[in-house]
Amino acid sequence: MLVLPAVAGLVFLVLPLAGLLIRAPWPTLLERLAEPQVLEALRLSLVCASVATAVCLLLGVPLAWLLARVDFPGRRLVRALVTVPLVLPPVVGGVALLLVLGRRGLVGQWLEATFGITLPFTTAGVIIAEAFVAMPFLVISVEGALRGADQRFEEAAATLGASRWTVFRRVTLPMIMPGVVAGAVLCWARALGEFGATITFAGNFPGTTRTMPLAVYLALETEPEAAIVLSLVLLAVSVIILASLRDRWVSSP
Amino acid sequence: MAVRRLSRWAIALPVALALAGLSGCGSGEPAASTTSASAGGAKEVTVFAAASLTGTFTELGKAFEAAHPGTTVRFNFGSSATLAQQIVQGAPADVFAAASPATMKTVTDAALAGSPATFVRNKLQIAVPADNPAKVAELEDLTDAKVKVALCAEQVPCGAAAVKALDAAGAKVTPVTLEQDVKATLTKVELGEVDAALVYKTDVIASAGKVTGIDFPEADRAINDYPIATLAKAPAGEAARRFVDLVLSQQGKDVLTRAGFEAPDQR
Repeated sequence: MLVLPAVAGLVFLVLPLAGLLIRAPWPTLLERLAEPQVLEALRLSLVCASVATAVCLLLGVPLAWLLARVDFPGRRLVRALVTVPLVLPPVVGGVALLLVLGRRGLVGQWLEATFGITLPFTTAGVIIAEAFVAMPFLVISVEGALRGADQRFEEAAATLGASRWTVFRRVTLPMIMPGVVAGAVLCWARALGEFGATITFAGNFPGTTRTMPLAVYLALETEPEAAIVLSLVLLAVSVIILASLRDRWVSSP
Repeated sequence: MAVRRLSRWAIALPVALALAGLSGCGSGEPAASTTSASAGGAKEVTVFAAASLTGTFTELGKAFEAAHPGTTVRFNFGSSATLAQQIVQGAPADVFAAASPATMKTVTDAALAGSPATFVRNKLQIAVPADNPAKVAELEDLTDAKVKVALCAEQVPCGAAAVKALDAAGAKVTPVTLEQDVKATLTKVELGEVDAALVYKTDVIASAGKVTGIDFPEADRAINDYPIATLAKAPAGEAARRFVDLVLSQQGKDVLTRAGFEAPDQR
């Protein structure tokens, strides 16, 4: 009774991926991968996703700590706000970023007038769009790890005279490291696949803002085979991430 | 425990999403065309039209519905290149109105449409925000590195026309972004994120004062013909042909020329 829908579900999930592999232009694959535009998009994607992840770690880990360890009024509301980008359609996120950080945006106007900085249509804009969409993944993952960690170790360290920063650095962080790493990997994967917020906020120009997903989308309009090749690269990256997360994901109780 | 579960969910969800997102590309199975009944009763005409036709075709659709009670017209507006690709992949459309012969050719080459008829022509204009912050007055001004310019991607008709016009003028413009359709390009001007863009004259008119259009002589060298055709497998059949007839009729011409399109016979 349950096996049939289960198999149907499996086929439904696996078949499209198989389709991608079957339709791939294998004989010319390497040639297509070595095309300058492909390498450029791949390089840009990897750089932007990595910098975005670094930004998320820098801001997201303290934010997760705040949510897990500090009792303040409105904490539940703050947690809900943090997860909004997780469920928000990325295009909406891009529009929101444009309205705040765009040239005529609330903050963007001031940035341009004071520092002469404009963010839309720059690589920095791509990183901001990706970090905006990906940070909740990191925060949720790290907050979960913090809640699961035994707080008595931190208390013991504090009674021995360690400052808040020392406790965090020497006791808390080593304890939650697996959670931070898993969160960072997810965050990176989400940033790598980001499309909607990027094309809305950062636009699309080869070398500065055209990341892999944007290249896939544009290639599909004129050269479906190139889109398949680019998709395969992203698929390979996802599989590698899945494999690297396997231990934590599959063996978790 | 609840927290544990959440963190696991947080891992499973994006992985599933990532794979789902990836699998969206490349599979070429045609979708079943079940838009409407093939004969009699309530009918539905599905029209795939270039983004630049959004305003005029919506108006014509309402006129068509008024003239044919019981029939509804549904539109899918987007870049002609995307729409052509969707039709080739089996999207259930009845009528295709493209912004360039090249994108229409994608569909006719796949033997999916009858012989297309050119129903209008469209010309590019320089669009600048209403306050024109970069003081753009002519095409030459766009070559200034300080002027932020948005163009359509070369794959879509307005982008192809822009390249042609810029080549004709011998102007070297480095845009900050290549947008996926003409409406997206215009939006960047409306929001003031760019100082100028090359879009169709009709889009400038449709934006109703939010942007200013500037004519330039080289636009005459990059005029886009708009072809329209009923699709070979049109589920709506006769109703699809009647919609095309309306577009080609005097009433259709009036609506289109009022929006700034040029009739195909005058050049």
